[in-house]
Amino acid sequence: MTRTMAARLRTLEVVFLVAIGGFAGANMRHVLSIVVPGLGGTFAANVLGCLALGFLVYEAELVGILAEKTGFVAATGFLSSFTTYSTFALEAVQSPTLTAVGYVGATYVCGFAAVLVGRRLARSLEGSA
Amino acid sequence: MVSPAYLIGAGAAVGAVLRYATNQYVDGVAARRRFPYGTFTVNVVGSFVLALVTFLGAGTDVLYLIGTGACGSYTTFSSFSVDTVRLWETGDRLLAGWYAAANFLGALGGIGLAFGVSTL
Repeated sequence: MTRTMAARLRTLEVVFLVAIGGFAGANMRHVLSIVVPGLGGTFAANVLGCLALGFLVYEAELVGILAEKTGFVAATGFLSSFTTYSTFALEAVQSPTLTAVGYVGATYVCGFAAVLVGRRLARSLEGSA
Repeated sequence: MVSPAYLIGAGAAVGAVLRYATNQYVDGVAARRRFPYGTFTVNVVGSFVLALVTFLGAGTDVLYLIGTGACGSYTTFSSFSVDTVRLWETGDRLLAGWYAAANFLGALGGIGLAFGVSTL
């Protein structure tokens, strides 16, 4: 009985952490879309988010300084909400063909590269830790 | 008049929790599959819903709540990129390429379906 109660509270805690991170992440993306209007804002959010998530995921594996709860707030909540696939895809569809091809290609290439840069940062941390 | 930050934030909080729940469910069903079905599912479904509210001509407040907030947070580019890089580095390069293409094709399919539904 106490165990199920503890499990429920634990689930509730995760839900709150993800929700709070999501609240902040989407607003940050919105602020960025005002500062950098058009495709550039979504592009910047997606690439920056990939850099940070790449770092967090590999940090958790290689170094492990950050707590699991930090992962729920920062990765599952904040960064996954800061970045977006739906807006990216809809913007591509609504752009002229040539712009769309460039936009999709640039976001994919820079996003994957940003993950690798994040991984490198985590690895350098592992060396110094 | 509600401040956009609350609309976006409220939608995003729900979207992020739904993404987490979808991932838990789909990854449970598709356990032992290499293809990251959870992230693929949220990206396709979220693109469909965002396109639908956009094509139906929703107002600014609804677009903040459902579009920028809920759908923007329900879908994710960062997890998608990390998934792709992980598949690639573990030697599943063909699957990594297919996963990257499938997400976009799936999103396109969702947007096309939304366009069809909006014209009914």
